[in-house]
Amino acid sequence: MSNGDPLGAQLPPPRSPAGEALHMFCRNYAALAGLVMLIAIVTVTLVGPYIYPVDPFDIVWAPLSAPGEEGLWMGTDYLGRDILAGMLHGGRATLAVAVSAASITVLIGISVGALAGFYRGWVDEVLMRITEFFQVLPTLLFAMVLVGLFGASLEMIAIAIGIVSWTSVARLARAEFLKLRELEYVRAARSLGASNSRIIWLVILPNALPPLIVQSALIVGVAILFEAGLSFLGLGDPNVMSWGLMIGSNRESIFDAWWGVTFPGLIIFLTVLSISLIGDGLNDALNPKLRER
Amino acid sequence: MAAPAGAAVLSKASFYTVQFLALVSQRVFYGLALLLAVIILNFFLIYLAPGDIADTIAGDMGGATAEVMAQIRADYGLDRPVLEQLAVYLGKMAQLDLGHSFFFNRPVTGLIYERLPATLLLVITAQVVAVLCGTVLGIIAAQKPNGWFSHAVTVTALLGFAAPVFWTGLMFIILFASVFPLFPVAGMMDASLETGFFGRAVDVAHHLVLPVLTLSTIFFASYSRIARASMLDVLGADYVRTARAKGLTERMVVYKHALRNALLPVVTIAGLQFSQIVSGAVLVETVFSWPGLGTLALEAILGRDTPTILGILFFSSLLVVIANILTDLTYRMVDPRIKTGADV
Repeated sequence: MSNGDPLGAQLPPPRSPAGEALHMFCRNYAALAGLVMLIAIVTVTLVGPYIYPVDPFDIVWAPLSAPGEEGLWMGTDYLGRDILAGMLHGGRATLAVAVSAASITVLIGISVGALAGFYRGWVDEVLMRITEFFQVLPTLLFAMVLVGLFGASLEMIAIAIGIVSWTSVARLARAEFLKLRELEYVRAARSLGASNSRIIWLVILPNALPPLIVQSALIVGVAILFEAGLSFLGLGDPNVMSWGLMIGSNRESIFDAWWGVTFPGLIIFLTVLSISLIGDGLNDALNPKLRER
Repeated sequence: MAAPAGAAVLSKASFYTVQFLALVSQRVFYGLALLLAVIILNFFLIYLAPGDIADTIAGDMGGATAEVMAQIRADYGLDRPVLEQLAVYLGKMAQLDLGHSFFFNRPVTGLIYERLPATLLLVITAQVVAVLCGTVLGIIAAQKPNGWFSHAVTVTALLGFAAPVFWTGLMFIILFASVFPLFPVAGMMDASLETGFFGRAVDVAHHLVLPVLTLSTIFFASYSRIARASMLDVLGADYVRTARAKGLTERMVVYKHALRNALLPVVTIAGLQFSQIVSGAVLVETVFSWPGLGTLALEAILGRDTPTILGILFFSSLLVVIANILTDLTYRMVDPRIKTGADV
């Protein structure tokens, strides 16, 4: 901008890219609502067990009592266990597994995609064939097989979810790396003698992050649904209370006690919804050109 | 594109036919290679998983001595080198012999053939319903991108993605069993019904309504989203502006000029999502006691029946491979620009 430009004086001071993204995110009310909802859910999940220290496996009252009876806000399940206690205690396993699984997913996905997109040639060929192979295996079924064969501990569930869901991240990371590796600043870094690993992790990756961050947010949502699905099927850890397990175990008594499946499902639904809203908001804020999508 | 030398003698039409067949066989060959990889994966899953056939049999007998265990392992060839075992396994798979299920005490192939049609019916119907409804709604929404209908489609898509599919199914069961008893909520047919083929078909269709509704809800969401975005994209393209400038009606512009290009991303996503639909079907089948591969897979896993589990993994991968080949071919037919099979 030239000196003495009359328009320049009237413009607000320029923001940094991160500041601009934050500003756009904060103007997106749906995304903000999602953020508030997610913070509320995570807080309740972390603090709830201390405020309401009822063991979710303890039988506290007659089975299938309706919500409100005997001061039990959400009623009891088919064994007479307190559903509110399950709601408050059951989030920890679900969220812990989902966050670990999403981390594994993103780690594998970015590594595979970065190497394929950066080196191209036979590395790309081999890694993309492997990616296609994993896309052929139906995700949930493959995760069920892994958990069924190797045991249903929380760690194994997180690993299984990570193994079956990294392909979309890998494809996205590859596309970004293919695009970015040709840009001037990457060539500049190379001409300065930067090593390949330095270029991959410190030059290209930070610039490839915006779409990957959005994708990672969605992956956490998908991982929550995955964990809930596995627990619902009875393939979760039976000694750890989780929202999915509650739905699975109360399924048989659904006609006598709608509350047994409705409340845990609702909380899963709201958690994933808040994460998708945040993901959409991040997408608008980080990729302003793609806002119409 | 330079035509191959031999093509000079062929007419244009038959040249495309030859090219098409070459593409099909290339895709089929690649699909077979992927299935071979699935079989090898299956073998190593059995090999690496804790516990083997000897443990299963010993468990059934209520315990066995070390000699008996060794004898069983020798009988099943488990004491031979890994590669030899793999070769034997591949040989059996080549004849579609998936082994014997100790849990159901039957050959696995028979079990799977029995359950496959129910799953196919559910998965294909749900896919068709989701693609059709999603595309139609997305395209209508794209014509007034800021109208109430467009917002309604966006919100529905968001809600559909966030709801766990098994929970949606259970909510439908509560709604349609207790509140509005319109549809049956479990099973695939009414066994007590005595009727002909037509009556049976109506009965199955009646049972199919809720599972399909549940399964297509999640996938409908992503199709409407994609169709809306891609239609908006295409409607901004130069050739659409040209069509408008020629004075064509809006209907002609949208359905004759824009639609085919707008459908391409939908086709791509439909192919990619098939494996997700098969996964979703496992949950939906469980919720509605639908007698398909999904319920069989769950019974097999809970019964630690490894041959059946891996057989189902193989067959469902086969379905995905077939769906992918069909997607590639559909893409070719829809895309007005593609005349070669190069790099789809």
